[in-house]
Amino acid sequence: MSRLDTEHQVETIIGLEVHVQLRTQTKLFCRCSTEFGAPPNTQTCPVCLGLPGALPVINEHAIELAIRTGLALNCEIPPLTKWDRKQYFYPDLPKGYQISQFDLPICADGFLEITDPADDTHTRRIPLVRAHLEEDAGKSMHDEAAGISDTRIDLNRCGTPLLEIVTQPAMRSAAEARAFLSELKLLLTHLGVSDCEMQEGSLRVDANVNLHIEADGKEIATPIVEIKNMNSFRAVERAIEYEVRRQYIDWEDTGETIEDRAKQTRGWDDAAEATFAQREKEESADYRYFPDPDLLPVRLPRERIEAAQATLGELPAATRQRLQSQYDIKAYDADVIVNQGPAMIAYFETTAETAGDGRRASAWMQQDVMRSLKESDWEIGTFPIPAIDLGRLLRKVDAGELDNARARDVFQYMLENDTDAEGAIEALGIVAVDAGEIEALCRELLEANPKVVEQVRGGKEQAIGALIGQAKKKNPNANPQQVKETCLRMIREG
Amino acid sequence: MSIPLDSATELLRLQAAGELSAVQITQAALDRIAATEPQISAFTHRADEAAIAAAEKIDRDRSAGLPLGPLAGIPVAVKDVLCTRDMPTTCSSKMLAGYHSPYDATVVARLRQAGAVLVGKTNMDEFAMGASTETSAMGVTGNPWDPSRTPGGSSGGAAAVVAAGNCPLSLGSDTGGSIRQPAAFCSLTGMKPTYGRVSRYGLVAFASSLDQVGPMAWTVEDAALLLQVISGFDPADSTSLDESVPNFASDVAATDVRGLRIGVLRDSLDQEGLEPEVRRAVLEAIDVYRSAGAEIVDVSLPHSHYWVPTYYVIAPCEASSNLSRYDGAHYGYRAAISDAEAAERGPLLATYCKSRDEGFGAEVKRRIMLGTYALSTGYYDAYYLKALKVRRLIRGDFDAAFAQADVLLGPVTPSAAFRLGEKTDDPLQMYLCDLFTVGANLAGIPAVSLPAGFTAEGLPLGVQLQAPPLQEARLIRAGAAFQKLTTHHAQRPTL
Ligand SMILES: [Zn+2]
Repeated sequence: MSRLDTEHQVETIIGLEVHVQLRTQTKLFCRCSTEFGAPPNTQTCPVCLGLPGALPVINEHAIELAIRTGLALNCEIPPLTKWDRKQYFYPDLPKGYQISQFDLPICADGFLEITDPADDTHTRRIPLVRAHLEEDAGKSMHDEAAGISDTRIDLNRCGTPLLEIVTQPAMRSAAEARAFLSELKLLLTHLGVSDCEMQEGSLRVDANVNLHIEADGKEIATPIVEIKNMNSFRAVERAIEYEVRRQYIDWEDTGETIEDRAKQTRGWDDAAEATFAQREKEESADYRYFPDPDLLPVRLPRERIEAAQATLGELPAATRQRLQSQYDIKAYDADVIVNQGPAMIAYFETTAETAGDGRRASAWMQQDVMRSLKESDWEIGTFPIPAIDLGRLLRKVDAGELDNARARDVFQYMLENDTDAEGAIEALGIVAVDAGEIEALCRELLEANPKVVEQVRGGKEQAIGALIGQAKKKNPNANPQQVKETCLRMIREG
Repeated sequence: MSIPLDSATELLRLQAAGELSAVQITQAALDRIAATEPQISAFTHRADEAAIAAAEKIDRDRSAGLPLGPLAGIPVAVKDVLCTRDMPTTCSSKMLAGYHSPYDATVVARLRQAGAVLVGKTNMDEFAMGASTETSAMGVTGNPWDPSRTPGGSSGGAAAVVAAGNCPLSLGSDTGGSIRQPAAFCSLTGMKPTYGRVSRYGLVAFASSLDQVGPMAWTVEDAALLLQVISGFDPADSTSLDESVPNFASDVAATDVRGLRIGVLRDSLDQEGLEPEVRRAVLEAIDVYRSAGAEIVDVSLPHSHYWVPTYYVIAPCEASSNLSRYDGAHYGYRAAISDAEAAERGPLLATYCKSRDEGFGAEVKRRIMLGTYALSTGYYDAYYLKALKVRRLIRGDFDAAFAQADVLLGPVTPSAAFRLGEKTDDPLQMYLCDLFTVGANLAGIPAVSLPAGFTAEGLPLGVQLQAPPLQEARLIRAGAAFQKLTTHHAQRPTL
């Protein structure tokens, strides 16, 4: 915590609660659509409206997605899980209770491995407390115009399945919290269990933050603050950074420790770049959890969990390892490719297989492909150059038919003209130059540059570089490597 | 000809024989309702026009030779706790006065499918909480045998309309005895089926793990007819049992009780507070069975003294949660908030508090508070969790008893129908009405109340039969046998 610039040792303690909307077609306890963006209250029924007499019926697909997620997060999936009512009054909660899971969550323990943001050659294991299923609430839209407070309720979201993932307070920096969220999003999108769009609310994060400060030979903990209302990973990072500074200053001013103050909720104001105290609840909430008598406990036989395990496929962490060993690329490069998601991985692998050279393919991915994506609106899925075409182009480079500079021209042409490598090469007038032509060209250059010849003879082989530029000017298709080798041979042969 | 509004079986026969039309039957029912309502006030809503229209359709279908359902043309009344898309659903509460459900309860849909003619919704204790129908916000219902007395509760209206000869069948709901006790008070056959046998979808919840819909009629035969229609798996109710439903008509016909082991609950006969006339009715029923060749065995349910305390923890806990949805925000009663009230607590909290304060009656509020308290941190283990453990012991008692006996015989209620107003100021006295009935709800087993005679004053008495889970057929056999050997169920009030 060097930025605090204090005489004390300060450790930041961060735990995250992540609410993820599961990508089911229908809601958790009724068959209303979960699609985002419909006109208010058009995706509702007696069940999600909490009308008298309506009863919940579990959506098996949500159970399936929760199991997949739990397994991917190295969780224990218990043989029995059940539903509990979490009771509180709020207008966006029409039943007066939320169906959630209290003491027997569908996923227990577990961990997620992340790349240490302070050292990308190391990984950190972030342990998880649990992950449980629950139904989402509706949305309250407050309109305080003209001095009249008016609240409108949209219950379209009410009943959408959520998986709440709770970490141990195991993260030690804002960057680490952000790295955890990025890795979690990567994993969940890879599994197809969630869209993880913070803007649409399909991923929501609360961060519990406090400090452990070494002072007077003792370790002092500051009061825990739960930060809410963060709408991007960047905001999470900045809110935590802000909160760390605020808590330290607050501790210096007041000396308040965790014993002096109950957990407090603060909201993040993105524009003000500050957290602010939210209205404290009048009394501490007693949710009066009890088992929902309308739903039976869910039995999860071993076979079902094993079947789910079998469908998981390769997870991002394993893909990183495999790309490194199979294509002989660096950890950092594998990380960059994998972090872009399954489509990027597939693109890379096809390119590398076709090119027959993983490192070259990786270098082109990192530079040319990603730069082009960044400069345009393309996703890798809509990138104009098919992986197989890029692979063929790189194979030509590998075979010495093209140099990198010419290959870049071809790449650019392919990008702009919907053509394959052969077509681009032809269109650009790139033709193979035969050995006789090269020899004639080299003889001409050597005769015109006796100084260079002398330097080479004197042992300065790199002097030949001067001739390559000239060769390019005389014949743009001349392969520089070939020109260099031919010139050197001719000098040696004298 | 006189129209036998006291027998669905007979009405079906007369229609099939072409002697009566559904419209004639329905009109007779509506006329009878109009005649008796001033004395008993059993309906919260009467659906005269819709009933005639439904009857006309049945008659048209019949003359067109179309297939007809098993209750075609039979007037049926429905307790106002069941959702109906064409009638208000109020639960006899100010909170839901004028509330219209956009959908039919599964049992209501099955009734319509079966060709039943719905004549209206019947009065009840508010949200089914009570044993006399007096907690209703829709007025007090009289017992057709003596309108100064209660028809029982909470399904008091459903019992009264059958006893008054308005219609032969009604649907009630039973959370702690709410079908069986009114049946006993009105000399009817009333059955609480196995928990999960009948769908709860559209039954406005009181205590979800105890609630069950069931039939009320004069005879076992008629009750079985209605039970047949409403029973069976419903995918919309997760607690509904995916079990095949037997053909109950064959059980009505099989009335040989020789060898049937009838377990007598001796402890209940010595129970303090059991009136001698009720005791006598039970003993006479034992004699009837014994002389018909049944085997009488004594059984005991050792934890029966915990039934009422256990029930009055679990039911209010679930009720406090189920009734949270009535908050004035989305539907139902919403109190007007003054600026001062809004300023004092904030408009939201003020709306919640005042709407619930004004919308609910005293008994409902009492149970919400009991349940809220028992589920609170620090009390949960001592009350709710303990009650769940005792509930398992109670179930175990029944399992053991059913190893010795095929059905259990005992009283339904400690007394005959009491006077209106007699117990309204004493909730504990009212709760003791459930003394013999809540066991079946806690154990989830089927139970039936059968007419078993009358007091010296001419008030009806009942006896209760209980059977293992899913053994409604056994109750129907034993009940039909009893009614073959007795005439209690054939007595009618002079209203
Ligand atoms: Zn819905």
